[in-house]
Amino acid sequence: MALVLTDDQKMIRESADGFFKTEAPVSQHRALRDAKDASGFDRNTWAKMAEMGFAGVLVPEEHGGAGFGHVAAGLIMEAIGRNLSAAPMLSTAVLGTTAIVAGGNAEQQARYLPLIAEGKRLFALAADEAARHNPAHVTTTATPSGNGFRLNGTKSFVLDGHVADTLIVAARTSGDDRDKDGITLFLVDTKAAGVAAERRSMVDSRNAARITLADVQVDGADVLGEVGGGFAILETVLDAGRACLAAEMLGVSSESFTRTVDYLKQREQFGQKIGSFQALQHRAAHLFCEVELARSATLRALVALDEKDDRSAMFASLAKAKSGEVAKLATNEGVQMHGGIGMTDDFDIGFYMKRARAAQETFGDIAFHGDRLARLMGY
Amino acid sequence: MADLETFRAQTRAWLEANCPAEMRTPITRDADVCWGGRKAKLSDAQRLWMDRMGERGWTVPEWPTEYGGGGLTKDEAKVLDSELRRIKARSPLSSFGIWMLGPALLKYGNEAQKKEHLPRIARGEIRWCQGYSEPGAGSDLAALRTSAEDKGDHYLVNGSKVWTSYADKADWIFCLVRTDPTVAKHLGISFLLFDMDSPGVSTSPIKLISGASPFCQTFFDNVEVPKENLMGVAGKGWDIAKYLLTHEREMIGGSDSTGGGMRDGVSQIAKRQIGLDAAILADTGLRTDIVRHEINAWAFALTMERVKDEAKAGQGVGALSSMLKYYGTELNKDRMQLLMSVNGSDSLVWEGPGEGEGDLARNWLRSRANSIEGGTSEINLNIIAKRVLELPGA
Repeated sequence: MALVLTDDQKMIRESADGFFKTEAPVSQHRALRDAKDASGFDRNTWAKMAEMGFAGVLVPEEHGGAGFGHVAAGLIMEAIGRNLSAAPMLSTAVLGTTAIVAGGNAEQQARYLPLIAEGKRLFALAADEAARHNPAHVTTTATPSGNGFRLNGTKSFVLDGHVADTLIVAARTSGDDRDKDGITLFLVDTKAAGVAAERRSMVDSRNAARITLADVQVDGADVLGEVGGGFAILETVLDAGRACLAAEMLGVSSESFTRTVDYLKQREQFGQKIGSFQALQHRAAHLFCEVELARSATLRALVALDEKDDRSAMFASLAKAKSGEVAKLATNEGVQMHGGIGMTDDFDIGFYMKRARAAQETFGDIAFHGDRLARLMGY
Repeated sequence: MADLETFRAQTRAWLEANCPAEMRTPITRDADVCWGGRKAKLSDAQRLWMDRMGERGWTVPEWPTEYGGGGLTKDEAKVLDSELRRIKARSPLSSFGIWMLGPALLKYGNEAQKKEHLPRIARGEIRWCQGYSEPGAGSDLAALRTSAEDKGDHYLVNGSKVWTSYADKADWIFCLVRTDPTVAKHLGISFLLFDMDSPGVSTSPIKLISGASPFCQTFFDNVEVPKENLMGVAGKGWDIAKYLLTHEREMIGGSDSTGGGMRDGVSQIAKRQIGLDAAILADTGLRTDIVRHEINAWAFALTMERVKDEAKAGQGVGALSSMLKYYGTELNKDRMQLLMSVNGSDSLVWEGPGEGEGDLARNWLRSRANSIEGGTSEINLNIIAKRVLELPGA
């Protein structure tokens, strides 16, 4: 597939851009934060996103979804990034769907996928345990019990964990703490006995819960994929998430950049527009190039997922690393070039820097993905 | 698509029969690059390969057949390119005529000029050089002072050019000259084509920090150039100059040598030079630097690919050539510095008895010019700021 959007994808981009600009703009993000909203997102907006086909963008048509694919999902995430729209798009529509599609049996798919597409069930991925992302590091245990398992452990940084209906939990059924083998994925109802979610508001005003699992009983039907073979599914889920986060960060970068360039054309000091100063022009021009590179890497990762390219993991790492670095640069420069006003809470540019920081950290930053890429390339 | 597959099969068969075996081996020295021209010293295989490809117009696959081109569609040209890569064929002809002058001639040249020059470029008969920079006009190119005085039937050219690549090996020059010193600097420039064997033309090689002399200073002392050698309109040469520069910048920024490709990745060289320890490069600090570079190199290569795909789909990224030139050359400098580190003290050798000793240091030094020639990085950032971002002038 060429690295250009098809006509269908261009239509999706247009409708996503229009939708988030009007239905979930930065002002909504600010209002949710100021109100300390219990959900952290607007449920009415999420219902509309389901109607638009966004919630089911990755859900196959036979399960009631739109089945548009990853490039389309990325375009939606990019629009979310531009508008800082709060919605369980990543946790449910990307991570939840990918987990069920990649690891679910026919019964699980028939049960959950239509609910995702309809926006009626929220998912959260409970994988990380330590502060630095390392998906193989799983100490949560799943011990045989009755006709199923009993789960014990603590999960941190579970995105949207406080509102989720279903958790996808990575637990260890065998092996040592950092082994890739012996990890099993479970679908856990958040209302089950022994599940406790402690909400944390993060720097970007999104939510990530600490989840405690204390003797949570699950039965065999709740296993996602093979017992002991969860890591491969987890990597597939994470790579979809990484590519989509790269897309969201691309949106963050490009909007932050656009706002900054606009500001350079308005703000006057020393009797002239500050955009006429070469010291700022060159940094802006450099940033323009960097955003274009992030766009290429991101699109390639999304195309790879749609094509089931066997280099999908490499492209996902490349996109996550590059788009994360660019988002950091774009938002740092955004605040710096706005000067004092960029430091004020009244002004939106700071929101972009906060979101960039959190999105970079989520599922691995450039240090993590640089290391992963090098390993995948054999050095 | 069926037609394309037929074309592929025919192309493959023809290449198999016509590409000499010597032309399927990697390029290892300067003499392996075929530049053509009257003064070229080519091997038999080089000449055969250039002539055969030139005869079919496949040195310039997409140029029209009436001007010596292959008349291929973009898709056919892509097929030809992939078939050439498949057999690891060397380029039959490297040429500023193809990369720079040709596109400008097609756009601005008159019929007689196209008929005269394009087929000779395509067949590698004439080697061209570029007369742009002057001792007093580098980044401020439009300040050039080489004069061309209208003498009725000819122009009388006086002045000097600098950084003329391979001027001592070239047959003809495309040259920016001032035909009107009385108007604003951009408006008095014209674009002349003339023979380097004309009386009054002389060249003097410039020795660079790499020890090589790929550039010359070129002197014009009362050189008579026929009026019909003016390309385009007198006083409108700056438009042609800018158009041609976009091609030059894409060429410099996009060539494999400046990071456009992933061939000979730094990491693969590092693996050979340094080795692995527990499946990890044995120098972990350098490993981090290398992977950061490769992330950028890869993202840049994908950008080149996307830009080509978008151009095919009729979309465009503005001031593209400046972006590719700026980023590609900075990336290549980074690559060359990393290669120096990867090779450690071996990279410092200037002269030695072994094959290729001294190349690393020379290639590193050569690469420093990448972000100076064809418009400095700073000039390209200015262009992006002005044309794409539309930031106000100082």
